[in-house]
Amino acid sequence: MKNSVIDVRHLNFSYQGTPVLRDVSLSIKEKEFVAFIGPNGGGKTTLIKLLLGLLTPDSGDIRIMGLPPSKVSHRIGYVPQDINLNKSFPISVMDVVLMGRLPLSRWTGVSRKDQAAAENAMAQLEILQFKNRRIDDLSGGQRGRAFIARALAADPDILFLDEPAANIDSQGKTGLYALLKELNRTKTIFVVSHDTMVLSSYVTAVACVNKDVHYHDDAEITEEMMTMSYPCPVEIIAHGIPHRILKIHEDSK
Amino acid sequence: MIEALQFEFMRNAIIAGCFASLICGIIGSFVVVNRLVFLAGGIAHAAFGGIGIAFFFGIPYVLGTLGFSLLAAMIMTAVVLTNKHRADTFIGILWAVGMATGIILLDMTPGYNVNLMSYLFGSILAVPASDIIWMVAIGIVAVLSAIFFYRDLLAISYDDEFARLRGVPVNLIYFLYIGLVAVSIVIIIRVVGLILVIALLTIPPYIAEKYCRTLGQMMALSTVLAVVFNISGLWLAFTYNLTSGATIILVAAAGFFLSMIGDAIFLKKRTAS
Repeated sequence: MKNSVIDVRHLNFSYQGTPVLRDVSLSIKEKEFVAFIGPNGGGKTTLIKLLLGLLTPDSGDIRIMGLPPSKVSHRIGYVPQDINLNKSFPISVMDVVLMGRLPLSRWTGVSRKDQAAAENAMAQLEILQFKNRRIDDLSGGQRGRAFIARALAADPDILFLDEPAANIDSQGKTGLYALLKELNRTKTIFVVSHDTMVLSSYVTAVACVNKDVHYHDDAEITEEMMTMSYPCPVEIIAHGIPHRILKIHEDSK
Repeated sequence: MIEALQFEFMRNAIIAGCFASLICGIIGSFVVVNRLVFLAGGIAHAAFGGIGIAFFFGIPYVLGTLGFSLLAAMIMTAVVLTNKHRADTFIGILWAVGMATGIILLDMTPGYNVNLMSYLFGSILAVPASDIIWMVAIGIVAVLSAIFFYRDLLAISYDDEFARLRGVPVNLIYFLYIGLVAVSIVIIIRVVGLILVIALLTIPPYIAEKYCRTLGQMMALSTVLAVVFNISGLWLAFTYNLTSGATIILVAAAGFFLSMIGDAIFLKKRTAS
């Protein structure tokens, strides 16, 4: 029996008076590969930020490996949705990836071990040759990889990726998901993505986020469900399938 | 230029200009990459309230101005950290209140008649040695803090959310650094005036940013550019008998426009991507 790494109990969160997440309870086991799906504005990014401890819930309890999120955030890797932040900022790819190694010693600076870990992460993402370039000289896809390398640099136990493939071409996506699958052997992985077709062959669980969260473990997931008859109010656009909006969960208000 | 160096006031002006450049190169880079130019302007103008307080209550300039500017800076920082989207409005209000307070207090100071222009454009040709000591001290603090907190400053400036996640004390370092911005501004206003402070804080880092690959390079190049603007401005002011502060600003502005033209010709690729 695997241990659960994430336990959420009766979580509520609202933003400026508007409820974003309602009474969310979740229990996620070690080494799951979880896809967060749901409509835009459904609260996927908010849920991730709550799990990371970047936002504080209005009520409810979040435990990551048995501890509050702020206590374990150093064991979590995070790839944010927005990778175009602070453009024109003079920073090299190496320095961005080294952020994943923070907190670095203020007295001795970047150690050889930090350097090696950063280079190793860059090599995994095939961007090592760009390490001395300015980050805004990279293409969107390369920059996306640099942000994933940053998350991997600390060798985290849990990895959150908020639409990591948004800027990557379809060939790159397949490679990226293959890498995540590989990483999944030792890490619990959460991906927000609209690539349900691609994801369906990798994930072990699906959390459907639209104000409330419906969690479906491995046993329930079939490729068909992800792409066609998944019982969530999500919009699915895929080749050969007409655009449709599916029915609302029966227990929803 | 060589003959000008015979005068002590000229030598002092050059030393003051170099240390102001060093401080502005480091602090200004932080200000520019964090989009805090408006906040820095707010601190510089609010400092005027501190000047009023210093004169009205008869306390030393540094004490009154530093106290008031630090207070204003801390309030502004708290607002920036808690209410990002309306911070500019709030800073604008403090900016105006600071200046108005300064003017009213100066009105009410009996028998008092200060030359406002010297606080706007400074009087770099009349820098006393005591102010130079202050500038050297702040310059050393700026360099050491930039080295010590380099990785933190990088992370906070580039992606504060990720920095928080990695356990960097983002708010603490923000308050510390903006405190340093306030101290620097107060000391430099005394020498070069508040308008030149803003010009030196923004123009050299803005030019440098485009040609550098790291924040450290940006700080170094900004310092060099600021020194060039300062010395050539001083030389022009001395030769043609012009107001030194305003001349330095116009030289810096000329550098700014030249770099824009240069970019339009040589750096098309980067601006397009």
